[in-house]
Amino acid sequence: MAAERLTGYRRADGRVGIRNHVVVLPVDDLSNAAAEGVARLVPGVLALPHAYGRLQFGADLELTFATLIGTGTNPNVAAVVVIGIEPAWTARVADAIAASGKPVARLSIERHGDFATIAEGARHAARMMQDASAIERVEVRRDEIMVSIKCGESDTTSGLGSCPTTSVLVDRHVASGGTVIFGETTELTGGEHIIAERCVDEHVRKRFNDFYSSYISMVERSGANLLGSQPTEGNIRGGLSTIEEKAMGNIAKTGTVPVVDALEPAERPTRPGLNFMDSSCAAAETITLMAAAGAVVHVFPTGQGNVIGNPIEPVIKLTANPITASTMGEHIDLDVSAILTGEMTLERAGDLLEAVVDQTIRGRLTAAEVLGHREFVLTKLFQSA
Amino acid sequence: MSETTEGHGGGLSVLVHNEGDDVGVAITDLMPGEVAAGWLDSGRRATIVVGEVIPLGHKLALSDLDEGADVIEYAVRIAVTRARITRGQHVHTHNVRSARWQQSA
Repeated sequence: MAAERLTGYRRADGRVGIRNHVVVLPVDDLSNAAAEGVARLVPGVLALPHAYGRLQFGADLELTFATLIGTGTNPNVAAVVVIGIEPAWTARVADAIAASGKPVARLSIERHGDFATIAEGARHAARMMQDASAIERVEVRRDEIMVSIKCGESDTTSGLGSCPTTSVLVDRHVASGGTVIFGETTELTGGEHIIAERCVDEHVRKRFNDFYSSYISMVERSGANLLGSQPTEGNIRGGLSTIEEKAMGNIAKTGTVPVVDALEPAERPTRPGLNFMDSSCAAAETITLMAAAGAVVHVFPTGQGNVIGNPIEPVIKLTANPITASTMGEHIDLDVSAILTGEMTLERAGDLLEAVVDQTIRGRLTAAEVLGHREFVLTKLFQSA
Repeated sequence: MSETTEGHGGGLSVLVHNEGDDVGVAITDLMPGEVAAGWLDSGRRATIVVGEVIPLGHKLALSDLDEGADVIEYAVRIAVTRARITRGQHVHTHNVRSARWQQSA
């Protein structure tokens, strides 16, 4: 283990972030324009437009609230301007974020209009930017850094190289007392028994099996042919033939440690160790949920070259595919293709990945951050009313 | 996973996850002919015969497989065959399908 000092931002609730964003968070699609208006007036402020938030109900609404609130409370975020079309749901989101102790402003558009809302939002955001810029990095412990993992546009090189490399990091991070989140429920198909066996007790195993069965039932009820969707056309181009084969590569990144808990989408882990989160396998949806659960740095093995980023959680991408590494270098933070040619051991690849993660924790920007990849996508469970 | 953490030392064109797997993965574009394959769990090496063009990342059969047979990779069933597959042949969506999602046929 590298004994080098890690630094981050310790928030009012005690949690540790590695970025210091001031966010303008729309509660609903109607408020995107005002949120982006604030961000245009105050450079450096991060607007997080999204497509939903109106007429949702039940579990679907609860997940939208949990995702928005979790995003605002993520320790990579210093302060939040919440903007909604009307005051009630705006307050519901803003109050929950404010409960974490960070500065929150709440604005609603009805009876004010976009202009007045943007002007007031900009005044709040400008002050928040100044205050955030005065927050100093402090020394933090490795176990305080919550990591998430999810792979994408996988191919057979993922199962041979980039996922086993991630696995080394997962085992080390958990050994140091840290928390890691993985998910991708349908993408365990064919290997779900392996994850079930790794659950720490019967209670967690039942929760995992229930999440898995429920998701698979939804897929099977559709009656659809998923070939081309899961595995994706990119997966197939890269040589993956079935969901089972893809699943084994997916599982190859989860380390050898027990699964200590099975979480709802966007649910914050409470147990250190490897946590499963029920989630889609679409990269932007999954990472948005993991960031909402509090993960502050994401490790993303890719085969064919997924270009994903996230606005608040830095995404580190690694590949073992030499074609991807050479043709898409601007997206790749770590090339481990030498594993395939036998010139690099997994331990060495793990060391290199840990070094990239540590640099990212200390503030070095990832490829996705530099390229402006800020995919923020809410998971929609069913139609709105 | 039972992957070895040692580098395989190079000189290989096909990697196989586990002893007993029915398929290996091309780690370079392969033309028909003899190539070196390496097993990641045991470290064993062997010469195998490639029967057709196999692109990097795609699989080839290490043994003859009957129609409807299980295809083992990572020491688990990852597919069933749609047709008879002979050793050295390209193994992909044209001749295997998911055993779990029957609609993916």
